[in-house]
Amino acid sequence: MSDTVGIAPSVRAVPRAGWHVGTVTAAIRETPNATRLEIEVDGWPGNAPGQHLDVRLTAPDGYTATRSYSIASSGDASRVVLAVDKLPDGEVSPFLVDEVRAGDLLEVHGPLGAFFVWRPGGDPRPVQLIAGGSGVVPLYAIAGARAQAGDETPFRLLYSVRTPGDVYFARELEALAGTSAPLRLDLVYTRRAPDGWPTPPRRITRELLEASVVPAAEHPLVYVCGSTGFVERIADWLVEFGHDPRSIRTERYGGT
Amino acid sequence: MEHVDGNALAGPLAEFFSFDVTMAVAKCEGCGSIAELARAMVYASDAGTVVRCGSCGQVLMTLVESEDRAWIRFTGMGAIEVARTSAAG
Repeated sequence: MSDTVGIAPSVRAVPRAGWHVGTVTAAIRETPNATRLEIEVDGWPGNAPGQHLDVRLTAPDGYTATRSYSIASSGDASRVVLAVDKLPDGEVSPFLVDEVRAGDLLEVHGPLGAFFVWRPGGDPRPVQLIAGGSGVVPLYAIAGARAQAGDETPFRLLYSVRTPGDVYFARELEALAGTSAPLRLDLVYTRRAPDGWPTPPRRITRELLEASVVPAAEHPLVYVCGSTGFVERIADWLVEFGHDPRSIRTERYGGT
Repeated sequence: MEHVDGNALAGPLAEFFSFDVTMAVAKCEGCGSIAELARAMVYASDAGTVVRCGSCGQVLMTLVESEDRAWIRFTGMGAIEVARTSAAG
């Protein structure tokens, strides 16, 4: 076709998004600044690994605020898991992190977005995941789906986090790193490292990034999620290293 | 203003389109680059949402919503290419 502008990725249909009412079944402190929410969503059609949903809060006067959150779980189940980071001036996250209790109802819209998705049994290329802080949530969903499916695609996660106490899904990630087809986990602590850690706290530099990711020569698929500044810095360096921009998928959550 | 990316359009636009707009491929009429809308830059405020090309910053699209309607303007992009789910593998 002469007027075709590109090659739209041929994706399997994702479940149609809709508004649903969810019942919080558990609200568990994940880190000092984040809460893990397990939500049973009436009519939820399931979701692919890496998708997100929108949560809408409505005040008594009718004022609404809607925010997007990545889903830490995937599959056909009607239960979804979130891990919400509290933003200091947030309208929605302080409520979700500090106020929500089991039994509370939440309006959720989803599942959303087919771009930042990886499915087991599909693309055979090795996968490099790169997370800044709470950006690990969709990447954990992806790594978890791979393990659950027994998929042996080479996987590596580079995770930048402030302190050991700020690691999301710490036990689960450790378990994924200990399977027969392990997730290779590289943690970078930016403020405080565990006792006996080989390096002092540091940020991901260009050199550290180059040494910690699947090399461009192996043509990995790369998923980067974190604050806008983090994601753009990392993605720019990856392109400089020779990674194909089309093989880099990014999700920016704003902030600094 | 801090921006996010086109992934954030999935929710707001799901109300108006029956396909996932973030996977639609569009050509920027400013620089000619071709990308999924998920790769665009999104600047959202209470007044509305501006979608800019990830390569050159040209405005591709704007979204303004009121309580009972929405205005979606495809300012700076040509045809969008959408994969048929029935033909997907």
